[in-house]
Amino acid sequence: MEFPEIVKQMEAAFPEAAVSVDETACCLLIVPERWPAVAEHLKTDPGTAFDVLMCLTGYDRGPGELLGVAYNLYSMEHAHKLEIRIETPRDDSVIPSVAHLWRTADWHEREAYDMFGITFDGHPDLRRMLLPDDWEGYPLRKDYQTPDFYHGIPIPKDKRGWE
Amino acid sequence: MTTSEAMRKNFGVVEAEEMVLNMGPQHPSTHGVLRLKIRTDGEIVSHIEPIIGYLHRCFEKHCENLTYPQVIPYTDRCDYLASMNNNHIYALTVEKLMGIEVPERVEYIRVIMAELQRIASHLMAVGAHGLDTGGITPITYTFRDRERVLDLFEYTCGARLLYNYIWIGGVSHDLPLNFVQYATEFLDYFEPMITEYNRLLTFNKIFIERSADIGVLPPDVAINYGASGPVLRGSGIQWDLRRDDPYSIYDRFEFDIPVGKGEMGTVGDSWDRYFVRVREMEESVKILRQALARLPKDGDVRAAVPKKVRPPEGAIYFRGENPRGELGFYIISDGSPKPYRLKMRSPAFVNLSVFSEIATGWMIADIISILGSLDIVLGEIDR
Repeated sequence: MEFPEIVKQMEAAFPEAAVSVDETACCLLIVPERWPAVAEHLKTDPGTAFDVLMCLTGYDRGPGELLGVAYNLYSMEHAHKLEIRIETPRDDSVIPSVAHLWRTADWHEREAYDMFGITFDGHPDLRRMLLPDDWEGYPLRKDYQTPDFYHGIPIPKDKRGWE
Repeated sequence: MTTSEAMRKNFGVVEAEEMVLNMGPQHPSTHGVLRLKIRTDGEIVSHIEPIIGYLHRCFEKHCENLTYPQVIPYTDRCDYLASMNNNHIYALTVEKLMGIEVPERVEYIRVIMAELQRIASHLMAVGAHGLDTGGITPITYTFRDRERVLDLFEYTCGARLLYNYIWIGGVSHDLPLNFVQYATEFLDYFEPMITEYNRLLTFNKIFIERSADIGVLPPDVAINYGASGPVLRGSGIQWDLRRDDPYSIYDRFEFDIPVGKGEMGTVGDSWDRYFVRVREMEESVKILRQALARLPKDGDVRAAVPKKVRPPEGAIYFRGENPRGELGFYIISDGSPKPYRLKMRSPAFVNLSVFSEIATGWMIADIISILGSLDIVLGEIDR
């Protein structure tokens, strides 16, 4: 199914879900509230049948701006792709989890939580993934300040000689 | 299947006191700094949780402070057993974002390097899997031949492991004198060696006992977890991005896609994943022979290298087949010379997430064999 067809079908099934459509990037920005229903539909509907979640990327629009997650879906049966984006406010960033639909999302959502502090509602085990459990802050946010100390160990910031 | 069901199926009813066992992060058979938290019931694993992050080097954070060409050496260090493939797919991602067409000769050189690297990486996986199951000899054979591939790389670009060879728009050096001849000599030498590995390890009775029917990954579970590469193909699904979502010039070559058939046990067991790798080396040899024969004679390999790499604003997800599976880069560009956001979707990260699913219910010695069959590289998992 081509991208405009998918969009048309989506708009018929979920009239208020899509915020904006990017034709060139084959990308749909949708509201977080409708995401579980949309995801379920995309996966189970025989016309779309997105059975693979290729990638899940957290991103930050900039200091004080929205946080977002991009989902890259692929259907092995129809060989078509779709990108879904969801954006959420910075201070209260909650996105419903899709780990029960695509198990790939389990670890990737944990990673996005680890790096951006986005909470995935309904995730079975939302903990830090790559960083230590007691790490403070979310390093990939654009307004992240590198701390001076970690457990009393100074973090070198003088980069002379090695940069 | 619940744990108790799996255990009953595999070993009958076992009653013993539960114990929590910590394996790693320093443990040779975990292929790096992987830590496993295991709940055991006697010798049987009832719950397993991989804990990662011990090799986290902030790859994605670093990328935001580096220009696009400066990222290439960092991709080398992510999956240090398949650096050429990482270079290749990263370069293709940025080229697609910028709309660069590379010369024919460059495309062929890249495919030759990527396939040589695939052979080197699979040799490591095959040997290490033998080591995990107690066979110490096979890895000396596979390493001997892997050295020959590394010699070819060293002859081409001076480095043996971390190459920084495939650049955005080209490659760093043209092929050296007589490279085609040396590569062909290597292939002539290497092809009969695959038979030798098979006699030594693949069809060894003890190895089959240790890996057949162990850690069965059903195809639907593999797809749901997003497993890719030999792990997915071992479960009987004929899926290879080189054929199914072709990139570079892979659509010009003829090669088969080996899948697990359950010859020694069940489809999707450790042995199937292992044997897919052995047969993929044969297919890589086929691609290499075609690429070496058709390599264009001349052409400047740096003709399309851009002076300034400033991709237009936008986002892209691009993926390619690395020896471990689907390697993808998601890049958001804001029009500046540095990536605004770069995410690496690493195949080993996703393949490892399926581990607790397939390793539960087996003995501790078996989970080492299952882990060996997943062929993980921690540099890529932790990034």
